[in-house]
Amino acid sequence: MSALVTPATILPNRPSLTGRLSDFLWKHPHVLLAILLGPPVLWLGIIYLGSLFALLLQSFFSIDDFSGLINYEFTFATYMQLLSDANFDIIVRTVTMAAVVTIFSALIAFPIAYYAARYAKGKWKAVFYLGIMLPLWSSYLVKIYAWKLILAKEGILTWAFTKLHLLWLLDGWLSLPIIGGNSLSVSYTGTFLVFVYVWMPFMILPIQAALERVPGNLIEASSDLGGTPQQTFRHVLFPLALPGIVAGSIFTFSLTLGDYIIPQIVGSSRLFIGQAVYAQQGTAGNIPLAAAFTVVPIVIMGLYLWMAKRMGAFDAL
Amino acid sequence: MTAAVLFENVSRHFGAVKAVDAVDLEIAAGEFFAMLGPSGSGKTTCLRLMAGFEQPTGGHIEIFGETAEGVPPYRRSVNTVFQDYALFPHLSILDNVAYGLMVKGIGKEERRKAAEDALAMVKLPGYGQRRPGQLSGGQRQRVALARALVNKPKVLLLDEPLGALDLKLREQMQEELKTLQKSLGITFVFVTHDQGEALSMADRIAVFNDGKIQQLGTPEDIYKRPQTRFVADFVGSSNVLSSATCARLGVPAKAASLRPEAIAIGTSWAEQLSLPGTVTARSFLGATNRVSVDCSGEKIIVASPAAMPVPDIGAEVQLAFSRNDLHLMEEA
Repeated sequence: MSALVTPATILPNRPSLTGRLSDFLWKHPHVLLAILLGPPVLWLGIIYLGSLFALLLQSFFSIDDFSGLINYEFTFATYMQLLSDANFDIIVRTVTMAAVVTIFSALIAFPIAYYAARYAKGKWKAVFYLGIMLPLWSSYLVKIYAWKLILAKEGILTWAFTKLHLLWLLDGWLSLPIIGGNSLSVSYTGTFLVFVYVWMPFMILPIQAALERVPGNLIEASSDLGGTPQQTFRHVLFPLALPGIVAGSIFTFSLTLGDYIIPQIVGSSRLFIGQAVYAQQGTAGNIPLAAAFTVVPIVIMGLYLWMAKRMGAFDAL
Repeated sequence: MTAAVLFENVSRHFGAVKAVDAVDLEIAAGEFFAMLGPSGSGKTTCLRLMAGFEQPTGGHIEIFGETAEGVPPYRRSVNTVFQDYALFPHLSILDNVAYGLMVKGIGKEERRKAAEDALAMVKLPGYGQRRPGQLSGGQRQRVALARALVNKPKVLLLDEPLGALDLKLREQMQEELKTLQKSLGITFVFVTHDQGEALSMADRIAVFNDGKIQQLGTPEDIYKRPQTRFVADFVGSSNVLSSATCARLGVPAKAASLRPEAIAIGTSWAEQLSLPGTVTARSFLGATNRVSVDCSGEKIIVASPAAMPVPDIGAEVQLAFSRNDLHLMEEA
């Protein structure tokens, strides 16, 4: 006989509390699910959806121009204010910026994500992740102020353009209407550059994850069937990466729609939606208008997702 | 006649790894050619060289007389049936099959018709609107075949296409592939590690090991007259008799191969060779019994028909076989 005890066919109950608890949960998996999901669902339901609902409610009130007090009567007047020239400009400016930032982020992110998903192996994959994540570890404000210095008239970018005898190019760009300005740090171009930089990881990672899931032999199959690289990209790679691109664009688009710090530090004095919300609920004390402004990105994102779904962006999921 | 595929001293090295090493190969037009070998033997790399997914590091490749090295896959009239089928998950079955015609700019109506004909040919009519995810493994395999054949390739490459199917389906597909190849007259090049599959389907077989072709010949050649110990062992697990055993039989040779089913237990007559031995193991395989016999230190496997009585383990037996079944090899 060996020193080991012959195991029983069926082990006896463990009398301890944890033993009985695990037996109970094994028999009633729904209870386990309820315990695990209950708190986060309550959190989402009450704190998050509740406050969202409160916000929506606020947007249907109005402010008494004379007394500055909130008039708790149901009205569309506040939404009508959004359509005034000044306010509508803010919406158009923000949505345009968000769209341009999203498109350029996708254009820059795709090749990087493609390289990471297809070619990077071992050490280079680690370098890739580090390179993408590293900017996220430092403070958002520090990065934006750093960009303000880079883009300033006395900054390194102007210096580099001067040394390369390309200052005429920079000046030419800055003399353009709308996107130009006194220097990059006070132009829409500057705001755009900082947005693209700051949100880039949120575009690269979902695209990389989507491309990672595309089996390499699908690319080979397309090529084998006579598809040129361009056709393979259009008919195989792009449709299969589209859910990732849409996921990334949801980040870049909604983050740009809501951000109020970047356009305040780097940009002209013209407001974006986030700044308008900040100003209305703070200094102006117009909570209903701030709430109505906040509803705009939510509606736009809803429309965007609905359109993406209709165009079949999620078919490959 | 121009060869369908010609390899002249072709190598494909990955750093120090010689995946394909100085291979010469000539595949005739209209032939059903099998490349047989264990994994890592270079057979799949050879197929990928034909498809254009890999470029040779040395040597010369021709497809129907035209130089193939440096030509991308999309400019070769060669199509592949991939091991795991590689169907496009976001396209319907019809669009999958019509893909090759679509990228060549063939009109919508024409390619729909061609794709439906191809689906009918592989016995999947009316499946066009489904997605690959809704099909079984065997059905996907047929779609992959239709998707390749709809392009009317000069050479069809099949990379272990039956590997993922169960035995029954595999046997059925083997027959269908063979019939299809004969009726279409297209050159088929087939990669497999299953010797039964290669023997039953191919006109000729190249047995690969370590990036080199060990033997090239008809299935009968390969099976009955293996030239190397590797081929004897890999194709149908022949017994390879040592020079000592050969000497005992009065046959001077470095080594000889002997098929398990060519050996009878117990009976021998004048013109036969015989070896005494002890039974060490036996197992029932359905049609045959597999009996291991120890003949003075040499382990010999006998495939004995199920109808014959099986000796017990430890029994002393006589193994009898004809001199003609003993195939002498140059290599030890």
